[in-house]
This record gives sequence, structure tokens and C-alpha cells, in this order.
Amino acid sequence: MSATGNAGRALPWALVTPALGWTLLFFVLPFLAMAFSSLTAHDGGGFTLSNNSQFFNNPAYWQAMVNSLQVTAIVTVVSVLLAYPFAWILAEQVPERWQRLALMLAVLPFWTSYVVRSYSWLLVLAQNGVINRALTGSGLFSEPLQIANTRLATIIGFVHFFVMLLTLTIFANLKQLSPSYRKAAADLGAGPVRTFLHVVLPLTLPGIMVGAFLTFVLCIGDYITPQILGGNNELLMPQLVMMQIGRRGDFPLASALSIILMAVVTVAYLACARWLKIERA
Amino acid sequence: MRINLKTSNPTTKDPLSVLKSHLHAACAATALLLATGSFAQAADLNALIWCDHADPALLQPFEEANGVKVNVKEFEGTGAGMAIVEQSQPGDWDVMVIDSIDIPRGVEKGLFEPLPEDKLPLADLFPQVKMDRSTVVDGKRYGITEKFGYNTIGYNKTKVDPADMQSMAALTGDKYKGKIAIYDYYLPVIGMAALAIGKKTAELTEADLPAIKQELLKMKANAKLVGEVTASQTALATGEVDILVGGGEWVTAGLAKENPALDFSIPKEGAVLWSQSLAMFKDSKNKDMALKFIQYIMSPEGQARLATSACYWGMPANTKAALTDEQKKILRFDEQTDFLARAQPYPAPNADLDKKMQDVWTEMLQAQ
Repeated sequence: MSATGNAGRALPWALVTPALGWTLLFFVLPFLAMAFSSLTAHDGGGFTLSNNSQFFNNPAYWQAMVNSLQVTAIVTVVSVLLAYPFAWILAEQVPERWQRLALMLAVLPFWTSYVVRSYSWLLVLAQNGVINRALTGSGLFSEPLQIANTRLATIIGFVHFFVMLLTLTIFANLKQLSPSYRKAAADLGAGPVRTFLHVVLPLTLPGIMVGAFLTFVLCIGDYITPQILGGNNELLMPQLVMMQIGRRGDFPLASALSIILMAVVTVAYLACARWLKIERA
Repeated sequence: MRINLKTSNPTTKDPLSVLKSHLHAACAATALLLATGSFAQAADLNALIWCDHADPALLQPFEEANGVKVNVKEFEGTGAGMAIVEQSQPGDWDVMVIDSIDIPRGVEKGLFEPLPEDKLPLADLFPQVKMDRSTVVDGKRYGITEKFGYNTIGYNKTKVDPADMQSMAALTGDKYKGKIAIYDYYLPVIGMAALAIGKKTAELTEADLPAIKQELLKMKANAKLVGEVTASQTALATGEVDILVGGGEWVTAGLAKENPALDFSIPKEGAVLWSQSLAMFKDSKNKDMALKFIQYIMSPEGQARLATSACYWGMPANTKAALTDEQKKILRFDEQTDFLARAQPYPAPNADLDKKMQDVWTEMLQAQ
């Protein structure tokens, strides 16, 4: 084998090594450390399963997972329902030359800090906020509604963020769809509704599911939005994890709860991957 | 120093050698940066702090007087602070701000250096906040209280009847339902719940937890939100709520100029006394400067600046703090003797009871 041939084979490995090293250092090793930590006692004792069993034995901990799944499911469904028509309008109704600008305007809120955006929502939804002033000012309600510091506020904050994310993935999917599919459907006598339901929607389902899965993963692991907008009137899993660290520094229990959260995300991934056949043959 | 990354001509070398040489250069640059950083840190004072110590108005006079840079890292919660220390190299940190009740935790881990009592103004401190049960371990002083205050009832006096705020019964009655926020920290609010049912905070046991939980659930049923510092402060300041359970001068004093209607009471059942201390790390490489920093913070000038820090106000532990008359009025300095007599210490549970208290708090948060 010539030196040039060896170098040629080594080059791809050399190029991919930083990414592999990064993943190993900042994902695989921390994950293993977290898994190990979850099996140790907080007081410095040896191996224990008590951190994991606490989750299943304490109804308040279990409730945090139920709350997280409920909020995540609602956010994912509502975001898809809002994002799809939005992406469709952008891809199909907005003239080509304006699409780039329209897309940029659509994702403009991404440009602000996530924390700032959440606090801004708090001001909008508060008792003296824009929405309540409009509702009471217009005479629709005599008393301001309790929106801030509720689960609804958390959902609104999440949906605002994830609609943008889903719009991008669905828009990209719609743009990749060849117009010949629709022409063929029309030639075969299908109307616009039937074409959408039987041709466009199934073909854009991968884009929807990829966006929905990303929404699920990011939403179920988010700490900031429920902490700022939810008013701690119920706990979600990331809040429960953080709670173990603050004063007591109980990293083993926090690790165990995080591993359980990751297990749920993994199950969601496996379900999505199998259903959509995301993996390439 | 400049580093020339162009050590070879890419057109005459194979790609791997070019990559290798660039990697070497990058490693060298990184090593140099790290070395420079370490050197800079060794000459500075490195402080693990709460947000009130990050105020430039507090740090600058010390830095200028001593020709030293104070590098600060903020943390919330002793557990998080201890984790930072454990992930650092010995000697990385010089001083730490810590809940007074948690000083024994640091001593147990072998983190702290005994402080020279003869070089600190202990005689000038309010006697009740010296907290010797926590700050002195085995006859040695490991911490000195620098700031204190009360977890009690903070309120807007234009929205509620101040007379009602003289009893904790107002927190669980119907009159202010939906107008209450609860400060999201389990120890002080559990302390308040204990006071409400006639228990002493220093004598709490596991047997008291069911009754405390019932009291917390009653408060939660009346509350609009349970918020950390910023959220609860904002809720009270913006009128989202009129009462803050666990609030005190740390919420109302800093907002006094913008919102003079905010006030706090020490109800007839009492209040929970919070206090924060300064400790020096055993492995500090800059112990002389660390002691100077502690002496500065404890000086009348340092105490006044710390008490009125931009992040939050609180009572200075030193009775000789150089506060203005207006600042003293806002902090209700002259009423401290009475307040301290009626306040009870922060709950200081052992690890097992601490965990059970946190679980009670979790159940309260999840209750609908």
C-alpha cells in the first residue's frame, strides 16, 4: 500500500476525530458518569438502587413525570396544528421572491434570548398584562383572568417557541415535494382536499414527525419555561431534577431522575423511528 | 506574544502533516492561554459568592485599595456551591459566601480555614446573629455572619390591611386568597409554617412534618404562585400578588424608592432569621488577601455597601455599618432589637430530616 493511499484513508478519520472526540468527551463520558452517579448513595455510601426506587415510590416524583408528559403532548400537538398551515401558506401561497423574507420574519423571535422571551410572556400574560388589559378593557371580562403562573402559560410559552421550529421542518419538507405528485393526483381526478389528504400530508409526514420529535425532546427537558411561566404551581421533571441540586447537592438522585427522563425520550425516539422508518436501509 | 499558525506551505505538504502541524499550533496556543489564565487567577482573589457580592460598588473600593482583582462566581444553594468546589482544584477558591447554618457542612468536608477572631470585629456584631452554633466548630471560628434578615410576611400596604399582617392566620384565611405568593425555598417557609402552628424552628423533628405539611397545603391553596427570588419579587412589585410568604426586607427594601408601599411585618408568631456568612478556604493560595477581603466586607463601609447591594438589600451584621439615615429607615435598623428578639433561627435539619423536609415541599408544590 502506498503512503498516499494510507494518507487518503486516514484523512476522513482525522477529519471526523474532533467530532467523535467531542461526542465522547461531552456526551458519552458525562452520560456514563451520570449513570454511575445514579447508582451511588448521596451520603457517600456504596452502590444503591434507592435513587431510582424513590421515583417509583414517591407519588410527588411520579406526578412530575405525568405532568411533563401531559404538557409535552399538548405542546407537540398544538404546535403541529399551528405550524402546518403556517408552513403551507409560506410554501404554497407566498410568492417565491417573498418566501425568504417571510421565513425570516417567522423565525424572528428565535433571535431573542430564551429567558428574555419567557419573561416577556410573563409580562404579557400577567394580571396587569396586555392580554388581561385588552380583555377587561373591551368589556369581555370584568375581572382579569389568571393566565400567568399556570400550566396554560407554560404551554403558551412553549408553543410560541416550537411553532417556529416545526414551521422550519415542515416548510423544508413541503418545498422538497415535487409538483408532479399533485399534477398526477389531479390527472387521476382527485380534488384539492383529497390530494392534500392522500398525497401531500402523507409525503410531508416525515417532516412533521421529525419536528414533533424535536419538540418532544426539547420540551420535556426544558427547565426555564415552566420555571418562569408556570409559577411552580406544579412541578415538571426538569424542575424536580434541579430541586435535588440546589441546596442538598443530591447529584445521585438528580442523576437517577435524569436517566429516567432520558429513558422516556429514548422510548419516544424508538417509537418515532420505527413508525416513520427514519433509518435509512 | 503572537503565534504564527502558518508553519508550513499547504501546497507542498500532504494534508495530514498540515493538519498535524495546525493541531500542534492550536494545542500550543491553548496551553499558553491556560497557563496565562492560571497565572492570572493565582494573583487574584477568587470568590464563590451570592449575587449581592457581585455589585461593582462593593468590590471596586477593595480592588483599588489593594491592587487586586476579585474574580467572582455566583451560585445559588449550598449544594450547588459545594459542587463547584468539588469540581475545582484545591486552591482555586479563596473565600465563599454561605448560609450560616451550612458552615458545619463545609468544615466536615475539610474545606474551610479557621478565622482569626482577634482580627475580626466580632464585638460589633448583633449578638443574635453571630450564630456561634453554626459558625464555630470544635472551638474554632470558621465563618462570620455578614448579612441577615427575616423570612416573614412581605406585603403591599396599600392593598392589604397592615393589621392583618401581624398574624400568620392571614396567610391561610379566605380574605387574601389568590393574592399571595410563596417564596420557593423550603427551609424558611417550612420554618414559617412551624411558627404558625406554634413549633420552635430549632426543635423541629420528623414528627412535626405532617402538621407542617397541612399548614403548607393551606398556604398553597391560597397562593397564586410559588416563585424563586426574582419571580416572587416581581409578582409583589407588579401587583400580581399583594403578599409574599417568606418575604422580608430582602424584597421590600431594595424596591423602596420605586415602590414605597412595600413593607414587611414580624407577626405575633415570629419570623425566621436568615443569615449569610463568609468563610475562607483551607487551600487558598492567597490567605492574607482573603482575610483582608473578609475584613473589608465586615468593615462599616463594606457592610453598608453589602447591605444595600444592587442584587438585594439586607441587614448588615455589624451594628456600626456606615448606612445613611435614609438607608437605616428603609431597613428599619432601629427596630432590629425587637425584631431579633421575636425571630427564631433558620431550621438547620440534619441530612435525613432535610431530605424529608424537601419531600414535604415537593408534595406541597404538586398539590392541586
